[in-house]
Amino acid sequence: MTTSTLDHEVNFRAGWRIVAAKELSDHLRSARLLMLLFLVSLAGLVSVHAASGPIRDAASAASTTPSVFLLLFTISPNRVPSFVEFIGILGPLLGIVFGFDTINSERSQRTLPKLVAQPIYRDDIINGKFVAGIGAITVVLTSVTAVVAGYGMLRLGVAPSGAELARLFSFLVLSVVYVSLWLGFAQLLSILTRRAATAALAALAAWLVLTLFIGLISGLVADTVHPVDSNSSIEKVLENARLDLNVRRISPDQLYQEATKVVLTPTQQSTGITSSQPDLLAMPTALDLRESLSLAWWQLAVLLAACTVMFAGSYAVFLRQEVRA
Amino acid sequence: MTDQPTTESKGQDGPAVVADGLTKVYDGFVAVDHLDLTIERGEVFGIVGPNGAGKTTTILMLLGLTEPTDGSARVLGMDPARDSLRIKSRVGYLPDEVGFYDDLSARANLRYAAELNRVPKAEIDSRMDQLLESVGLSGTADKRVSEFSRGMRQRLGVAEALIKNPEVLILDEPTVNIDPEGVRELLDLVQRLRSESGITVVLASHLLHQVEQVCDRLGIFVSGRMAAVGTVAELAAGIEKGHTFEVEVAARAIDAVTLMELVPGVRSATLDGERIVVTADRDVRPEIVELLADNGLGLLGLSTSTVDLDSIYHTYFTGAVNHDNVNA
Repeated sequence: MTTSTLDHEVNFRAGWRIVAAKELSDHLRSARLLMLLFLVSLAGLVSVHAASGPIRDAASAASTTPSVFLLLFTISPNRVPSFVEFIGILGPLLGIVFGFDTINSERSQRTLPKLVAQPIYRDDIINGKFVAGIGAITVVLTSVTAVVAGYGMLRLGVAPSGAELARLFSFLVLSVVYVSLWLGFAQLLSILTRRAATAALAALAAWLVLTLFIGLISGLVADTVHPVDSNSSIEKVLENARLDLNVRRISPDQLYQEATKVVLTPTQQSTGITSSQPDLLAMPTALDLRESLSLAWWQLAVLLAACTVMFAGSYAVFLRQEVRA
Repeated sequence: MTDQPTTESKGQDGPAVVADGLTKVYDGFVAVDHLDLTIERGEVFGIVGPNGAGKTTTILMLLGLTEPTDGSARVLGMDPARDSLRIKSRVGYLPDEVGFYDDLSARANLRYAAELNRVPKAEIDSRMDQLLESVGLSGTADKRVSEFSRGMRQRLGVAEALIKNPEVLILDEPTVNIDPEGVRELLDLVQRLRSESGITVVLASHLLHQVEQVCDRLGIFVSGRMAAVGTVAELAAGIEKGHTFEVEVAARAIDAVTLMELVPGVRSATLDGERIVVTADRDVRPEIVELLADNGLGLLGLSTSTVDLDSIYHTYFTGAVNHDNVNA
């Protein structure tokens, strides 16, 4: 310890990396990560298994169907939700699980006073933890997508093309953003609430409303404002459907579904109201990835913005809090 | 701590800590009230005061973890408001009721602290071994912290605070809730640190009896103010400015109490069991003897009350002493 004065001439930047490395290693060794991997993989395998049956039948009838591989992730035959729909529902849970106890656990464990007394900037703590959460989410989503894609390849006996892989990768990035939005929300709750259980419950309540009940709510609103019956004109029915859709767009899940739909379906020409089931035998013009992404530009922008707002909110609140609060 | 960087080799001149009119107001409540304080390098300084006296708030301000409402401070010559990070890299802090990542081992907790302090990778292991040895946790370092006793946690906390090889060590209520043996070990550790490495130690505690043994000087904190500063002897001298006597009489003591109050200079006379405790502005012993004799009451004993830690504690904490008399 002769170099004590030299020791102190350290570079204080990148403190967030130290925090992130520790948090990520905690996440990767946690039981919750294993649990989520299992849960999401199971859901993914079920959905891909269900989707692969009809695809096989269709593919044997018309071997030229474009992007057969990607259909694995998007079609939902026999009322089994598609992989994308499963991620839309379970993804928020992933974000909540890695975020709900970010700061309040440091408070209840009494490690926060010690942590802020280390030579790191205050925001290194929140930044590092957010990055670690995104890391854990990326690990789970990537491994699940890889497992599910591998299983689908075995079932279908086709390998994805380069363009399909690029679309799958875009889907993965989009999913990470979508889940990070929920991570940011959970992290904000972890700062605002004293107890982890309170934050978890609040986050789960928001999740229930925004992913499961939003369909009921939007239907109710649409039917109240534009009531329709069997005699209604097509305009009336469309007005009802449009309002229903717009209310559902309050939910990040809806935006995520619209965006992933065009990203994973080269033949999808719009994000609005379309016929629900694609005709597997039809062969409309396929768009390239850039065109598909531009179709869903505003959904992508809103998701990214919401994610940023959540993180910025937790950042601002955390930096203003007193250490002893 | 095998090398001995002495106080001089640690470089800079000037006191370790200076506070100048430091004030903190939380929602209208004055936690720290115009505090002036100087702690010299290499001394063990005890901040003693009841709970809620503003000890922890003061520490947080010194580390730049909370902003003073008014006044300023310098730690190792630096301003906490501007150079918080630099201060934190040279000051080790053990918070009140320190917590750990309970699922991790003691070693993993210590390693995180080392990384946060940018201890060079090559040195981390040797420094950890050294510190675990010196706080007596070598044998249990790979156990989860959740299995640790309070005393062990406290010593691990000291090791964490020392991992950065600090120039100043701040311990907030380090002896609370640990058994007497644990207290002894901890205080021994503080004493050893000071003699081996010449580190400046600031001990905040409400347990005067415990910290008094290792502190060079004490600062008595009451309601956000520094009521007195000095060595134990100086503090005791401050109290002796008032005179306290214990009188025992061979009659109903209650009768004598009324008599004593008649003596000029006596502030109060109260009954404490069989004895009468008299406080006065001056030495009134001759008058008391005379008075008792005049009234035919036999005098059994008359003694000057000894000033001990309890009376220091009691006197200052209840604010009954004239602060200006005390050497600051």
